Amino acid sequence: MTTKRTFALALAMGLGASWAQAADLRIGLQDDPDVLDPDQSRTFVGRIVYASLCDKLVDITPDLEIIPQLATGWEWSDDGLELTMTLREGASFHDGEPFNAAAVVANIDRSQNLEESRRKSEVKSIASVEAVDDYTVKFTLASPDATLIAQFADRSGMMLSPKATAEAGVEFGLNPVCSGPFEFVERVQQDRIVLEKFADYWNADAINFDKVIFLPIPDTTVRLANLRSGDLDMLERLAATDVASASADDGLIVEQAVSLGYQGITVNVANGAGADSPIGQSELVRKALSLAIDRDVINQVVFEGAFAPGNQSFPPTSPWYNADFPVEGRDVDAAKALLAEAGFPDGIEIDIQVANNPVQTQLMQVVQAMAGEAAIKINIVAKEFATLLSDQSAGDYTASQIGWSGRVDPDGNIHQFMTTGGGINDSKYSNPEVDALLDKARTSTDLAVRKESYDAARAILADELPIIYLYHVTWIWALDDKMQGFVPYPDGMIRLEGVSFNE
Amino acid sequence: MLAFLGRRCLIAIPTIILISIFVFGLQKLLPGDPVLVMAGEERDPELIALLREKYRLNDPIPVQYAAWVGNIVQGDLGISLRTQQPVTALIAEKLPVTVQLAVMALIIALVIGIPAGVLSAYKKGTWIDWVANVVALSGLSVPNFWLGIMMILLVSVQLGWLPASGYVPLSEDPGQSIRTMLMPAFVLGTALAATLMRHTRSAMLGVLQSDYVRTARAKGMGEGTVLVKHALRNALVPIVTVTTLLFGELLAGAVLTEQIFTIPGFGKLVVDAVFNRDYAVVQGVVLCTGVAFIFLNILADATQRVLNPRMRQE
Repeated sequence: MTTKRTFALALAMGLGASWAQAADLRIGLQDDPDVLDPDQSRTFVGRIVYASLCDKLVDITPDLEIIPQLATGWEWSDDGLELTMTLREGASFHDGEPFNAAAVVANIDRSQNLEESRRKSEVKSIASVEAVDDYTVKFTLASPDATLIAQFADRSGMMLSPKATAEAGVEFGLNPVCSGPFEFVERVQQDRIVLEKFADYWNADAINFDKVIFLPIPDTTVRLANLRSGDLDMLERLAATDVASASADDGLIVEQAVSLGYQGITVNVANGAGADSPIGQSELVRKALSLAIDRDVINQVVFEGAFAPGNQSFPPTSPWYNADFPVEGRDVDAAKALLAEAGFPDGIEIDIQVANNPVQTQLMQVVQAMAGEAAIKINIVAKEFATLLSDQSAGDYTASQIGWSGRVDPDGNIHQFMTTGGGINDSKYSNPEVDALLDKARTSTDLAVRKESYDAARAILADELPIIYLYHVTWIWALDDKMQGFVPYPDGMIRLEGVSFNE
Repeated sequence: MLAFLGRRCLIAIPTIILISIFVFGLQKLLPGDPVLVMAGEERDPELIALLREKYRLNDPIPVQYAAWVGNIVQGDLGISLRTQQPVTALIAEKLPVTVQLAVMALIIALVIGIPAGVLSAYKKGTWIDWVANVVALSGLSVPNFWLGIMMILLVSVQLGWLPASGYVPLSEDPGQSIRTMLMPAFVLGTALAATLMRHTRSAMLGVLQSDYVRTARAKGMGEGTVLVKHALRNALVPIVTVTTLLFGELLAGAVLTEQIFTIPGFGKLVVDAVFNRDYAVVQGVVLCTGVAFIFLNILADATQRVLNPRMRQE
């Protein structure tokens, strides 16, 4: 009897305690973010923190449409060289400074001219920017750039307090001052990042938490254990292998969204001596390898069916996916026939490098087994990631298993990889026709024209295959079932507007 | 004693210089270009050139080394390439965490290890000895990460007694701080307890067979007094040495344990820094723990001289 009463009392106290801190949201992250300065940072996980800390000029919907955030409207000139934005009135930075056109000008200047800025390439099309009046800003471009708006939906569009950036300079990240729903309180590296509600936020009514605490917990098992024990309210990047067990748990909610990025095999077709291989020289061999792989099996075996099989630079869920080229099934006989046609009836042997982490290695082992049955012998060369990157950009490889985290604008997933002289075109693939199509898609502000161009480029690339796409990662979140209102986005961010604990 | 300490400190200087060369050199031997990783996915060539310039990666390695040492002498260990925080500030932030974990783990290890060692030596060949040995061997063999995850699942998820992971500073909430550190300290402590138990046992076995113990017993002295005052005291010298060195190891950061329990100490700092090619942080932390290790060695020698008067007359 006594035990029961004690238990009931403890339970009541426990509940009381959780009510008392009900408005503190604890989120488990997979990694510790890098510097908290949107102009300097480069990690995915840092952007998750920014989603609560720093408002952007525009935002996206789950369907990748661009919607207003700090900018309430925008208009392109007919020649695509001028972009005029009207700005939100009544928004302010965490230090009380007003948000206005002058602040936008200062922010673009910083992204372009701060020595350490990692945003330079994203905003380089902007020739000048001027404040037309307090709440109107006009961007003049050196050449048409349809991707600019989407850049403003990410770090390049994050508005930092000009006063704070002027004072802190390159050390802004130690105490970031933005205009998002939460303001910075403290950070202990590798331990936590604490934000608290910004009382003067323009959309404060949609925010239901007093504090957000981000806790980097790299081990996926431990992260999930923390959620189950109630030490976390939600976590990002649940392991694909834990989806079944988390879904079966009554106390947890699992949410998913196919990401914007891709994983595939980049083939060296013209990058130095490494390109001198059957697979580098013959598109038939590349097609044979692609046909030898069952992408569904990869998804089932390596990712327990949680990810999305794919064959293009955009996932099948994307509005930019070319539906005329669906993910094809496996066909070993056709693969062998292609090899014979290419002049290798007895099969070939190729080295494929892969980052030495367990998941990517497992992936390549499955590919290796499947390709083996089509007389393509794959030697897996496991390398530490930094080495893999060096060798890849130096052309010291035959083929490389690597991916891309994805961008909101389709251009970011394809232009720099597939155009002649593209910044990260490590295949050194070059086809003037593809160049023309992708340049056209980049410069047109007409969505229909862009889609047509990407579709036409896909028709060529599906034959030439400088990158053999395999699958698209799915972002997976796990939440305590007391959470409500969370919406999964393909960019993997956690947007807290409208999210709350249910009573 | 002062002369002894002075001499040992002087001898330590070349060792520290050697450590610094190794720390610096090994980093440079790592394959892969750190700048490619730092520059982000887009690998903007302009940015890459700028970063190379900024972190002096274009200079010859001896020049880089000299610049690094020059800064250290002025108390500047550099700036984290990843977060822009000064490395000295990072170390100052992590040191209390690691020290707290090390002290708690060591206390657990001492409380379990020494009595267990004394007991199993005293009851040599009986079932108590066997049980103690089997438990110690298990403690040594069970991997930290496995024990850690099992404890989280049992103690935090099933029973809900302790927080699953994380860290609360001692100054903020001492009770909660100790509660969050309890499991990791236990995981680390049990492994160390096993080592300590084995060392205590063998030292005690040697001492228990000595003439003066027989004499003490023959005098009719109580068994407790014989064990603690005569035997354990004489067996202490190797135990103190082992304990000090174990403490040094703990200070270097319990990499796996810190990773599992998400404790922001030296171990996690170094692991993250290595993966991100954050040279300045790796160099700073390894140098710092290397120096700490040397001084703990000196401390161990000094303690031995205090405990054992014979060693004072060389």
